[in-house]
This record gives sequence, structure tokens and C-alpha cells, in this order.
Amino acid sequence: MGADDKNLIGQRLQRVLDAVALKRPDRVPVAFHTMLWYAKYGGISYREVMYDYDKAAALGRRAILELDPDIYSPPQQFTTLGRVLEAARFKQLQWPGHGVGDNQPYQYLDREYMKPEEYDDYLFDPTGFWLTTYMPRVLGAAEGLESLPALPGYFYMRLVMGTRAFAHPKVVQAFANLRAAGEVANGLVAALNEFTREMDGRGYVLGQGAVSIAPFDLVGDYLRGARGILTDLYRRPGKVLAACEKAIPFILKAAISTCKASSSRFVFIPTHWAPDSFMSVDKFRTFWWPSFRKVLMGLIEADLVPVPLWEADCTSRLETIADVPPGKAVYWFERTDLARAQSVLKGITCLRGNLSPSLLNTGTPEQVDAAVRGLIENIGRDGGFILDGAFGIPDEAPVENVRAMFKAARKYGG
Amino acid sequence: MKENEQRLLDAIADMKEDEALALAKAMLDGGENPLRVLELCRNAMETVGKRFQDGEYFLPELILAGEMLENIGLMAKPLIQKGGAAAAKKHGRVLIGTVHGDLHDIGKNIVTFMLDINGYEVKDIGIDVPVERFLEEIRAFQPSVVGLSGFLTLAFESMKETIEAIARAGMRDKMKIMIGGGQVDETVCKYTGADAFGNNAMAAVTLCRGWIEA
Repeated sequence: MGADDKNLIGQRLQRVLDAVALKRPDRVPVAFHTMLWYAKYGGISYREVMYDYDKAAALGRRAILELDPDIYSPPQQFTTLGRVLEAARFKQLQWPGHGVGDNQPYQYLDREYMKPEEYDDYLFDPTGFWLTTYMPRVLGAAEGLESLPALPGYFYMRLVMGTRAFAHPKVVQAFANLRAAGEVANGLVAALNEFTREMDGRGYVLGQGAVSIAPFDLVGDYLRGARGILTDLYRRPGKVLAACEKAIPFILKAAISTCKASSSRFVFIPTHWAPDSFMSVDKFRTFWWPSFRKVLMGLIEADLVPVPLWEADCTSRLETIADVPPGKAVYWFERTDLARAQSVLKGITCLRGNLSPSLLNTGTPEQVDAAVRGLIENIGRDGGFILDGAFGIPDEAPVENVRAMFKAARKYGG
Repeated sequence: MKENEQRLLDAIADMKEDEALALAKAMLDGGENPLRVLELCRNAMETVGKRFQDGEYFLPELILAGEMLENIGLMAKPLIQKGGAAAAKKHGRVLIGTVHGDLHDIGKNIVTFMLDINGYEVKDIGIDVPVERFLEEIRAFQPSVVGLSGFLTLAFESMKETIEAIARAGMRDKMKIMIGGGQVDETVCKYTGADAFGNNAMAAVTLCRGWIEA
């Protein structure tokens, strides 16, 4: 590594940290985040880029070196998931070759994964519910764990004899399947670590050391499904609130331990049920925000930087979500107007975003250049802004438009 | 309006599900004309739609109202005499579907719901709809308006392909085409060749009103 590289390492990190701390950086930092755009970039199929670690890593490396962002997301976090999904026999997703075509993105299957009467099971014993009900329901590899008994009922000699539960053929098979899936996951993590070590060495800032979730979104998306959670707000509001509260320490433990094991302090949190059009401000303040704020505060107290991606338009939420300590979080907005967001959040959180996907996918490089210039001029160079796409780089964006985005960021960001 | 009728209307409109179902059941058990009960439900839905339009109600209320209507419908329909079918829709026909490659349906369902309670005859042909299927359904249903829905960015291409295919089939000038979904904006509208776009369900109703009743 040359002296210039070493110098760059400090520069990019300092630039990002200054933006987060709401101090003026040497120039506006720019982030590179995508799911499947590597396939477009490399002229290969989505399926290929989801399964081939080497090809994905090579494309990721090439893209980062060419585009030269300050912060990046590695392809092993949101792209090369095919083999692990397959090994775990994951049932909540369709991905290329598994339910959708080779050139279609992976898509979540919105279903009721927890019945309304099971709220009590979750609230009574989240771990037991996860292990013996939820995991077998969503992971084919975990099928058989339903046969495990309620272990805290075993004690003394009964506990010793209780080990026979682990010799149950279905449980034995489930653990064997899970071990095999876990080894595939370890292979992916090894590829991830190799990639991030290299990029750390080149001075690029890892955009997220962990991915986390809002408690309401966990209950809504991954347990109850859209129809379930929305009607629960009227049918069993107390259960929704209790489940959100119950999830907080589990969410925090997972995010903090994962992030602390990485070289990044950033925790990426895509939010799903926050947008204006989903529920009234009152309901947002009652059901969505309080438990999420506790997650944000828990991450901040652990010296991590939460980066919630506020999906869709969250304009009516701005006053509510402004209630966080200054300079400790990055709020990434997808469709909320950044100038409007800044009018409420200036001096509170760093903003990130939000070149529209319609522009990146269907515009010209000149239009992208003009839009980057406009954003930087409107939102400002004085700190508290990281340039990015509305949801990173869309999978379909023409390469020349993406090049134009990063070129313009350097041209106008200083 | 009788007192219990008003109470049923209010219970539905105010999201008091248990009370609404109990009242409807009592009315039907007491010999009330099931068509009258369904008419009250429709009236309540208009109030729900209005509150949605006014920004008081959102997705939870629309979905819960839809479920109340469905459950009361299940109670009432077996009691309806032959020949007593509900009145025909007043306005025009709208065909709606999520374009191919995209599996999302919440936005589309809400648009369908809002158009329905605003008096349009809506045919919802589901998600991940191939271009060819759109053409077949359009030929069979003869809609005045076609709504293309999509949440993912890949939907831009699918919408464009669908609209181009409608044009190639010589049907483009027989209908208005509106698009909607998470990422849709003016740029996407131009790119796909749609007549208009909307960011929420009320926009779809407003567009249809402008096109069909003008």
C-alpha cells in the first residue's frame, strides 16, 4: 500500500464521520449500495450473481474501484445469497431459479407466519416459539424442531434424561440440516470478510456492519403479514405493542454483536411500515415509533451509528422521528423530499439519499449530473449529507448513469 | 333511517368490528332484507372512503372495513332471494393488475377497493401478469381504463412492454392507461407511455372520474 492509499483511508472515513457528526467534510461523501446491479454491470444474469461468490466479488471490486465511493455495501450482504437460501430451504423468499426467473430480483412472500392466537406463545417464550414453531415454519432445514420439548420443565435427573429429545430422529435430522446450512453461511461470511478486509485496506468505509429492523416491522412483515398486522391494530392492539416491546432486546443483541464483529459502526435498518400512506400519524406515534426509538437509542448507546432507510414518503413522520440525540444517526430517505426533511432535521441527523430510481434507470447521464448538482446545492456541503440513490443503485440502472452519478458527486461535492 | 340501521352504519365507519357484526347478524336474524343490510354496508364504505380521502383513515381502516364487509356479505348472501341481485355499477370499467415480474399487491388492492366503492366496475387480474394475459383480459372485459401496478423498479420495463403491446394490438386509443406504485413518477410515466400516474388510491379515483365522466 502506498502513502496515497493510507492517506485516502483516513480521508474517506473522516469525510463520512464529519457528515454524520454534522460537521463540514472536505467534500460531500457519496455511498454505493445495491442489490443486483452487479449483474447489469457485469453482463451476467441475476441468478449467476446470486450464486457465484467469485464473480460477484470481482464485479463488486471492479465497481467500487471504478466508481470510487466513500461508503460501500459489499456484494456478499444483499447479492450472493443463492446458495445459503437454498441450503436453509428458506420459504419466505422467491429468488432466481426458485419461484422467479433467472433475471428477476428476489421477492419476499407476504404471508401470515404467526397466527393471531400465537402472540401469547411469542410473548410467553420468544426463544421457544422461534425454535420450535417459527423456524420450522420458515426454514425447511429446521423442520423437525417442532419435536423439541419445553426444556425449562426439565431439571436434575429429568434434565439429564431430557437429553433424549436431542436423539429424536426428526430433531437429529433438523440439526444436521441446520449445520449444513450454517456451513454454507460460514462460507459466505468468509467471502464477505475477505472482501471487506481488502476494501478496508483500500480505504473504503463499510456501509453496514449489521442489518437490523424496527420491532413493528419484525412483527408485521415476518410474523403477522400485512393483512394481519394492519387489522391487529384494531383487533389486538395490546398484543402488537407487547410483541414490539418484547422484540427490542433480541433485535439489539443481534445487531450489536454482529456489528461489533465487523469493521463498521453503521447499522443499516430498512424500515417498511413507517410511510405516510400506511397509517395515521397517531397510530405511527403509538405503534411504530416508540419501540423503534428504543432500538435506535440502544444502538447509539453501544457506540454504533444507526442508518434507518425511511422507505417511501415519510414527510408526516419527520417531527416525530426528530426525537433522537444530535449527530448520532444517519436518516436515509427514499422518497421524502430531502429539503423538507432538512427543514425539520437540520442539526439532528445526517441525511442520506435520494436520486430517484426513475432518473437513474431511464434518464441520461446529463440528467443524472444535473440532479446530483441540484441535490448537493439544495441540501448543502456544510455537513449532514451523504449522497446516494433513493434505495441505492436500482438493479436496472444503465452503467453510464451510475458512472455519471459518482463523477458528479466528486465534481460538485467539494 | 331506522336507529339500528344508523348504528350499523356508524359501527362499520368507526371501525367497531364486533359491534358491526353483531348488529348485522341481529338485523338479518330479525328478518331484515339482506339487500338492505348490504346497502347500509355500501353506505358505510362510502364514509370510510371519504375519511381515507380526507387523510383520517389509512391502510388499517381500509383493510378492516373490507373484512367487515366480506363477513357481513357471507351472512347476508345466502338469504338473498333469487332475482334480487345488487344494483349494477353506475360508472365505467377499470381493469387492473400488477405487471409481470412483480409480486406486490397491497397498493393494487387498495386502488381496486377505492375504485369499487366509488362506483366503478373493477376487474383485478392479480399479480405478475404477463403481457399476453393483459391483452386477453382487455379484449374480454373492454375496460375504459387500464391500471398497471408495480412496486419494484423492474416494473418500469414491464409497464412499458405492456403498453407497447396494447398499442401493437391496436387497442391503445380505446382506453386510458394509468400506472401506480412505490417508484412511479412523472419520468416513469413518460418512459412507459402511460396517460397518467398516481401515488395513492385517491389519485386513481380522480383520474378515472376525469376520464370516464368527462
